Amino acid sequence: MLRYTLRRLLGAIPTLFLVIVLAFLLVHAAPGGPFDAERALPAEIEANIAAAYHLDEPLPMQFLRYLTGVMQGDFGPSYSYRDYTVSELIGRSFPVSVQLGILAMLLAAVSGISLGIVAALNRHSALDKIVMGFAMTGISIPVFVIAPVLVLFLAVKLQWLPASWTGSEGALRLVLPVLSLALPQIAYIARLTRASLIEVLSSDFIRTARAQGLGTAAIVRYHALKPAMLPVLSYMGPAVAAVLTGSVVVEEIFGIPGLGQLFVRGSLNRDYTLVLGVVIFYATLIVLLNLIVDLLYGAIDPRIRRR
Amino acid sequence: MISGAILSAIALLAVIGPWISPNEYVAADFGNILRSPTFSAGHVFGTDDLGRDLFVRTMMGVQVTFAVAIVASIVSLFIGVLYGATAGFVGGRVDAVMMRLVDTLYAMPFIFFVILLLVVFERNFLLIFVAIGAINWLDMARIVRGQTLSLREREFVQAAQLIGVSTPRIILRHIAPNLVGVVIVYVTLTIPQAILIESFLSFLGLGIQEPQTSLGKLVNDGTDQMEGASWMLLIPATLLAAILLCFNFLGDGMRDLLDSRQSR
Repeated sequence: MLRYTLRRLLGAIPTLFLVIVLAFLLVHAAPGGPFDAERALPAEIEANIAAAYHLDEPLPMQFLRYLTGVMQGDFGPSYSYRDYTVSELIGRSFPVSVQLGILAMLLAAVSGISLGIVAALNRHSALDKIVMGFAMTGISIPVFVIAPVLVLFLAVKLQWLPASWTGSEGALRLVLPVLSLALPQIAYIARLTRASLIEVLSSDFIRTARAQGLGTAAIVRYHALKPAMLPVLSYMGPAVAAVLTGSVVVEEIFGIPGLGQLFVRGSLNRDYTLVLGVVIFYATLIVLLNLIVDLLYGAIDPRIRRR
Repeated sequence: MISGAILSAIALLAVIGPWISPNEYVAADFGNILRSPTFSAGHVFGTDDLGRDLFVRTMMGVQVTFAVAIVASIVSLFIGVLYGATAGFVGGRVDAVMMRLVDTLYAMPFIFFVILLLVVFERNFLLIFVAIGAINWLDMARIVRGQTLSLREREFVQAAQLIGVSTPRIILRHIAPNLVGVVIVYVTLTIPQAILIESFLSFLGLGIQEPQTSLGKLVNDGTDQMEGASWMLLIPATLLAAILLCFNFLGDGMRDLLDSRQSR
């Protein structure tokens, strides 16, 4: 297990390095400098600005400086939010996004798995067809379509829930964003659970358990569920990535001051350092979460470790 | 197959709709601002907050959506097939390195890179298309490589090698044509992804720019106006959902068809 962990850990480093190099090069390939849009300044002042932001150094030096900074959690100053560093901006908005993300993932896992089990146990029934129809729709329809439509019906027409983050307090304002983020994932997890549970239920050891007189509930709980959860577990990595991407849109729609909103605002303002920092932050997060999923997978299924 | 029919109908409507409609997609009808859908005023889908006819705009959006689907798929097809076929055909260490790169790229959050790309460079039409295509080729490369591995061992490839045909030529002339079946199936599965990414970017205001429009942008406009003009949200949202749903059903159906043929 230790060797497996180490190998996975070492595998994650080149990916992260590649992310940083690519993102850095992309930003520095941009035509023009970050301060070109401002009024024409005397050459000395321009040189001073360039020196202050280390823009006068050769590119490899700048990269080394940036890389050392990133390792220490310092993404440099923001170009459009003066007086703030990128790290401060990320640190301030990230907790809100984490809250949303964790709630959405929990909701998605619990209801997705439950729906999948119900559908698998009642295969070819009307219930199964309804659940799978819902799942196909949920997978196809993007978050940025689900969220406004939910707001239109539940908040604007029926007035049951608050439509935006600001101007309301308490847990109620979380309901719509979390629901919009979770819906596609519920659909996907339900489909995965159903497919893999059906496969596991048709294997030999389940037949043996049945022959020994075990009821369906006991078979599912003690024998079938654990192996059936493996594909679902390996989907958790991509699911987290999808929730992160979705949160960009959801935060924009509901006006939630999280990381996604920061990212969109930064993109529209062409705040290079901010966007660069957030991209690297997101990438690190996804790579780390994938690593955790891999390790969990290895812990549950010993066969994986040997490969 | 119903999905295919619905898609064709939507595509047909998108092409001839703006042509037969009396309204221009940029022209504002100041007497009918935020008009709900009506036949009498000539605005079947209503108008938006600037008085522009929503039917024509929606159809323009559908056109952009299909254009993205086609261009992005061609780009991803091109890169994916060439990359996968090369890795599979050359094999050995080259294959190992090339597939390792694909695995590494898989772990990256590409959508954020596309956004970074759009921040850094001017937002133009073509760049968006190419960027979307360039991130969708990974699956294609994997599948094509798998197919090529088995094709490589076939007699006609060995015959070609024997008479001295060069490797690039074998890949292009002998391997690639035999991949068509698999590739078509996976293209139908990449198309909805490409549409999704384009409308996602346009929704955020990073994609198609005014006065051009796309379904994602229209959904965004509709979100701003939903309290007074729910049709501005519901019409493009329904269309986008229908298109994506149809493509997914089509792709799923075709994959099942192919799988059953393979297992037989």
